[in-house]
Amino acid sequence: MTETAQLEQHSPLLELLNGFIVELREAGLPVSLTENLDAVEAVKHIPINERETFKYALAATLVKNHAHWKAFETVFEVYFSLRGKEYELQDGEWDGSNAEFEMSDDNQSGQMPGQGGGQEGLTQEQLAEMLFQALAKMDQNMMRAVARQSVQRFAGMEPGRPVGGTYYLYRTLRNLDLDGVLERLLAQDQNPKETPDILEERLRKDEYEHRIDQLKKEIEAEIRRRLVADRGVEAMAKTLRKPLPEDVDFMHASREEMVSLRRAIWPLTRKLAVRLARKRRHGRKGPLDFKRTVRQSLSYGGVPADPKFKYPKPSKPEIMVIADISGSVAAFARFTLHLVYALNNQFSKVRSFVFIDGLDEVTNYFEGVDDITEAIHRVNTEADVIWVDGHSDYGHAFEVFDERYGKDVGPKTTVMILGDARNNYHASQSWVIKEIEDKARKVFWLNPEPRSYWDTGDSIVSEYSDYCNGIFEVRNLKQLEAFVENLV
Amino acid sequence: MSYRFEKVQTVQEDLSKVGYLADDGIAGAVYLGDRLQKPILVEGPAGTGKTQLAKSVAEMTGSRLIRLQCYEGLDESKALYEWNYKKQLLRIQAERNSDSSGSWEELEEDIFSDEFLLTRPLLEAIRSEDPVVLLIDEVDRVEIETEALLLEILSDYQVSIPELGTVEARQIPLVFLTSNNTRELSEALKRRCLFLHIDYPDLEREREIIVTKVPDINENLGDQIARVVRTIRDLELKKAPSVSETLDWARTLVHLGVEHIDAKTATETVNILLKYRSDIEKAIKEFSTDEELNSEEE
Repeated sequence: MTETAQLEQHSPLLELLNGFIVELREAGLPVSLTENLDAVEAVKHIPINERETFKYALAATLVKNHAHWKAFETVFEVYFSLRGKEYELQDGEWDGSNAEFEMSDDNQSGQMPGQGGGQEGLTQEQLAEMLFQALAKMDQNMMRAVARQSVQRFAGMEPGRPVGGTYYLYRTLRNLDLDGVLERLLAQDQNPKETPDILEERLRKDEYEHRIDQLKKEIEAEIRRRLVADRGVEAMAKTLRKPLPEDVDFMHASREEMVSLRRAIWPLTRKLAVRLARKRRHGRKGPLDFKRTVRQSLSYGGVPADPKFKYPKPSKPEIMVIADISGSVAAFARFTLHLVYALNNQFSKVRSFVFIDGLDEVTNYFEGVDDITEAIHRVNTEADVIWVDGHSDYGHAFEVFDERYGKDVGPKTTVMILGDARNNYHASQSWVIKEIEDKARKVFWLNPEPRSYWDTGDSIVSEYSDYCNGIFEVRNLKQLEAFVENLV
Repeated sequence: MSYRFEKVQTVQEDLSKVGYLADDGIAGAVYLGDRLQKPILVEGPAGTGKTQLAKSVAEMTGSRLIRLQCYEGLDESKALYEWNYKKQLLRIQAERNSDSSGSWEELEEDIFSDEFLLTRPLLEAIRSEDPVVLLIDEVDRVEIETEALLLEILSDYQVSIPELGTVEARQIPLVFLTSNNTRELSEALKRRCLFLHIDYPDLEREREIIVTKVPDINENLGDQIARVVRTIRDLELKKAPSVSETLDWARTLVHLGVEHIDAKTATETVNILLKYRSDIEKAIKEFSTDEELNSEEE
């Protein structure tokens, strides 16, 4: 086959692909051997110079979870895209024809500063004008040229300098005054005679913001390209590594990460719902229902033509969630509330309680609410959770729980306690948990702290753990998922 | 082995001929699915044309579309095959009445033969002589244990029936599985498939889709609709408008004789685009000036 022959000639591609997959694995993507082989097979069918298609083809074989897409894209860019012809500045900067598959970039590092020829004579005003024009006309090529120019001029990149890409990005953007450009763009379209429609105005603004985002991406790519040329592919890929969404620590999640975490919670709660209820409505049949089968057989003249089976009764679980929302677990608490909200949508009987040193029921806040942020706001402002000083007191909170709601815990109830068990050296009152455990179906404790921190300082996990059916370290989605898996 | 498609571009062109506008990712995956003979797992938000993709591919290749709709409780008798128990019983009864003393072995061989086999979608797909596109819709609805039913057919294109032996595919069907991602699919299933995520289309593609799918729409309006929808999708909503909802909206506007959307028309018709009260309120808030809101309150 000609394709195989070609591949043999360009075995650097295979080598490159290997390095690429190794890096994906390093970044945490679970690439199995079959998937690896599929990728090798796939590149036989799709030529590397069709960049976009090539990227999607590799993604189709290697990335089986959309949450991993971003990580994949970054690594792909470093390994493949930045070698493309359209990224070349001019002749001579890259080593001509075989630059595409060249693994070592050492020979280029020396050329980093002072490159760029044709447009070097531009003044700052001219560059600003060019930027404005590029955005106004949405001219891709011009945008790329502007990105190149501005990085070269403002980023102040030097070879071998151990600084991350964000630093250069910041320096470049600071000099471009994109907010000013946006205003100018908006002003330009303004028709002085008539007042513009509010919708039209909004759309225009969105459009320009979109374009500016694109420019930012272009600049980022340009910086990355230069860094790759300076440091080499492997090193660059390493510095760009970020935790995958499922590995993000709840306690230290950034705003953006929180958003993606929130999305990921939904399927999880559904899973949880299935595991807890273990409803087997149809399908999975129970033992033969002899009586009904015989009765049915009468219509076939005594031949049991239509066997009937017993169906197990679906159980309806009740859930009680007791969550610590004190400062020490603030980030986790926000996540917790989302989890509670999601649970509410899956189960008919969920009761939720929050505490710091006092405890309050917040079930109502989540009921019939469409907007979760509103519910969270109400929990944070209205719930009566402070008893003395607003420092966690698990003991007192549990006492209050037992006193007011203890009678509602029954044999169908699953109790989930979320918190770090840092009790500020108060009394643990672990007998409450023992009592709950006696009455309830299951008691689970989810702790957002690393296991190695448990029982250090004022953490008293083990005083409670004896009375729980399970106590789990849940710091990221992966662990939460593992918890759900193990529920059976 | 001959391939169905020559190049990625041909996939794209042919799909657009049957009215499906595919981007690079979609066309690439379909092409690769054919080349590597692997099923394609299509995932993404509801209403982005996952199921339609399979239908369009069937139309474009002139294949028969066999569809297996998944639901909780699906089992092998509904997905793979089932013995026609009643017919078997009748056969046995008939044997007894006719007094012809055939041996039990003969009878057994007889009642576990093709004649008494009811084929279900999966078995049918591989037994078909003509080219087939197999669509396994909403595979995330079955329990994780049931997924195992699919594995044999997905990796080897064969079905093992204990009484009959292994039925191998007469042709390799193009297989699409769709998922709304309500749960994580098993590793085993994912490993056997190519993965394609179809997201909401970008501005250009959406505009094209609107213009192709809605007759008599002028390009200006189409462009505006696409832009409004993009803005709305950027808001944090419970359920972002899908492509089909966008099309509904476009059709409505055309029927109403709207040529240009202003804030008022948008506010009045946005309930076609959004399905939750809180979402609608949020969107209306975005599109009206503060003064208007204030005057309403007074």
